[in-house]
Amino acid sequence: MKRLYSHFGDRVFAAFLLLLGLGVVVLALLMAYELYRGGSLALNRFGLLGFALGREWDPVIQKTFGAWPYILGTVIVSLSSLFLSFFPALATAIFAAEYAPRWLAQGLNFLLDLMAAVPSVVYGLWGIFILAPWLRDHVQLPLYMWAAEHASWLVPFLGVPTGYGLMTAILILPSMIVPFTAALARDAIALVPREQREAAYALGATRWEVMRLAILPLARGGIVAGAFLALARAIGETMAVTMVIGNSHKLPYTLFGGAATMPSVIANEFTEAVEDLHLSALIAVGFLLFWVSMAVNFTAAWVLRRQERLVKGAV
Amino acid sequence: MSQDVHMESKNLVVRYGDRIGVGVKGGVNLPLYRHRVTALIGPSGCGKTTFLRALNRMHDLTPTAKVEGEVLLDGENIYAPGVDPVLVRRRVGMVFQKPTAFPTMSIYDNVAAGLKLVGIRDRKRLDEAVERALRGAALWDEVKDRLRAPASGLSGGQQQRLTIARALAVEPEVLLMDEPTASLDPISTQAIEDLLLTLKEQVTIVIVTHNMQQAARVSDYTAFFLNGEMVEFGPTETLFTKPQDPRTEAYITGRFG
Amino acid sequence: MSLEKELALRRRYRVERLMMALIALGTLLAFLILFLVLAYAFLKGAGALNLDFFLKDMRPPGETGGGLRQAIVGTLIVDGLGLLIALPFGLAAGILLAEYPDHPINPYLRLLSDTLNGMPAILFGLLAFILVVKPMGGFSGLSGAFALGFLMIPILARSTEGVLSLVPREIREAGLALGLPRWRVILSLVLPTARAGLITGVLLAFARAAGEAAPLLFTAFGSPLLELNPLKPIDTLPLRLFAYAISPYDDWHQQAWAAGLVLFALITLTSLLARLASRRF
Repeated sequence: MKRLYSHFGDRVFAAFLLLLGLGVVVLALLMAYELYRGGSLALNRFGLLGFALGREWDPVIQKTFGAWPYILGTVIVSLSSLFLSFFPALATAIFAAEYAPRWLAQGLNFLLDLMAAVPSVVYGLWGIFILAPWLRDHVQLPLYMWAAEHASWLVPFLGVPTGYGLMTAILILPSMIVPFTAALARDAIALVPREQREAAYALGATRWEVMRLAILPLARGGIVAGAFLALARAIGETMAVTMVIGNSHKLPYTLFGGAATMPSVIANEFTEAVEDLHLSALIAVGFLLFWVSMAVNFTAAWVLRRQERLVKGAV
Repeated sequence: MSQDVHMESKNLVVRYGDRIGVGVKGGVNLPLYRHRVTALIGPSGCGKTTFLRALNRMHDLTPTAKVEGEVLLDGENIYAPGVDPVLVRRRVGMVFQKPTAFPTMSIYDNVAAGLKLVGIRDRKRLDEAVERALRGAALWDEVKDRLRAPASGLSGGQQQRLTIARALAVEPEVLLMDEPTASLDPISTQAIEDLLLTLKEQVTIVIVTHNMQQAARVSDYTAFFLNGEMVEFGPTETLFTKPQDPRTEAYITGRFG
Repeated sequence: MSLEKELALRRRYRVERLMMALIALGTLLAFLILFLVLAYAFLKGAGALNLDFFLKDMRPPGETGGGLRQAIVGTLIVDGLGLLIALPFGLAAGILLAEYPDHPINPYLRLLSDTLNGMPAILFGLLAFILVVKPMGGFSGLSGAFALGFLMIPILARSTEGVLSLVPREIREAGLALGLPRWRVILSLVLPTARAGLITGVLLAFARAAGEAAPLLFTAFGSPLLELNPLKPIDTLPLRLFAYAISPYDDWHQQAWAAGLVLFALITLTSLLARLASRRF
């Protein structure tokens, strides 16, 4: 390596590249630092744990800020959407990688690209004007009426059927995150060596049995990594969620009722926050969001590297 | 010397698109005698592997491949309409060039894989079958204390014997082997060649090999393929000492290959 | 055939058919909402897509003849500036990752890049708010450009690395064998060879950023006026879409759908271009 860098121009160039390339690292560090600094007013006032676990978010009267409703909302919304999205994503990956003819597989892959590229506000627009009213009229209201008559214990868990609440947010997200699981799962499936498939067929296995026996176990890592990536996206989704979730400060205990997530509360209140404490509290929410996202993304990357090593070992 | 013909091909041709993979000049007619080892030799690309894979309907998996002619197993054509390839592959097993143990499974589960597929759950039955298969593949003594260990921990030679055991566990009548020792070291190769001598008492073996000496060592009958045509077939000793076709002689004496 | 029974074929084929049906169902389900969104966007928004939409600025509710020119122009300005900010850093990181694979910083660079790629876009907006809006004392297109720029850096880094790693090794070796220094090989041989892929990567980053609203909510902020000065608040299409969507006016709703169609057209076009470019490669 010494030889390559001995030329003066090379050294300057490499140093220049390094300086600029470090921008990525600086960006991440800066984000962590500035979010902490900006949120420190609130974090110091309530303590990190007190802030994260606090259940009251009241900018108006009491001026206390606790982020727990939003953490809970984020966890519920993103885990539920991941759960809903997983099976369709895996099915699409299996179909596109194994069973579809080439032209169809390419079409599906293109549609997956599209799905991932559609801006959040567009999904949100559809959510506000089409999904929410439809859910309210065809699912929530009937369910509510039925429960009111036959299962009144259920009613407090259902909440008021306005259409803008937890349920709609949970239903609008899967479509946005399916492509992430599907793409990684599809790639992992396609990477399974041909010999493994043939060995399973040679044992007298049916098409599905080959998938179950030889392909899916080897593709496991990519599938899991895809799920983590989808989870990361679900956690960070802002606009679509903000537009349909009803934006309430209360703890999200009802299915139909309003709720909020960490990104949605920031989006909703940031421009209206006049006091330093309020602003700081919102930035502190961003700080928490940063670390949650980091953890999930890191896990996805780690699982992916492990998967690549496993496949290399089987080849 | 009226040998019992276990499998045979009649006018077998395999096409990839408009190219013929094997079976030029009217197709391949080749008998495979019961409980004998038949070797298929020839230079790269001559069609011997293509022919082998037609014997257990592996070409069904390739959309561009078309198979013409017949392959008879105990007199019945495996390509007859309505015949289920899953059934065929149960009776005609296959071992590949690269050891393909299922890496996420244990040694035991690998061998039992084929049995579990058909729904055999009885622990005792599985244990017996696994032991029988591993003994048949000369692997039992080396792994009997770690049957639950992951198969990926075995050496290349051991993994190949594991795939043989896996194939044997479902008790096939015929075992097809596609250059099974090509990626193994000499010691493992030796172990597997020794294995074949006892294995053929249970199953009919067809082995593709690019190593002529190996063919001479292990097989009873040999077929020589060249450019998609089966040039000559006969008892191994005869083919190697008194080849009929000048092309066979040229290959055997190393003039090309 | 008793062999059939012994192999439990009937049951296994039933399972097979069931699984295939589930897979087909799952695939259809996955794309269902995409089709619904597209269908409704056409239904509701196509009517508002006239020349005025592109040539006129926004009008107060109730007044007809308004368009979204200010948002379209604003999108181009803010996104374009953001791209300028992101390009040096993203390109450099990508070149570093692809051309100097043994550099000790690479594993960390790649990991951080991947991680930043998955971060919520709104966090980039928060960073830009703290770094640009606060010192400036107000919202501006420039701060929005920074927010989008931050967003685009990891995207560009990864796409650049991907494209450059596809350039055959022989090209670099040929250049080095001619006695060219490494930096000349990269700038004069490798980069031009990968030009198509690099441009595609830039287009994709641009399209992705063009659809973002969250990071701009408290940076560019939006505006009803056509604004060419990046030091003032500027409107973008996603921002305007959001504002119109949550408003109570029907004709604004229709224009929101139309804006959605325009965004949809943008991302479809760039996705298609990306597919075609990668195929040529």
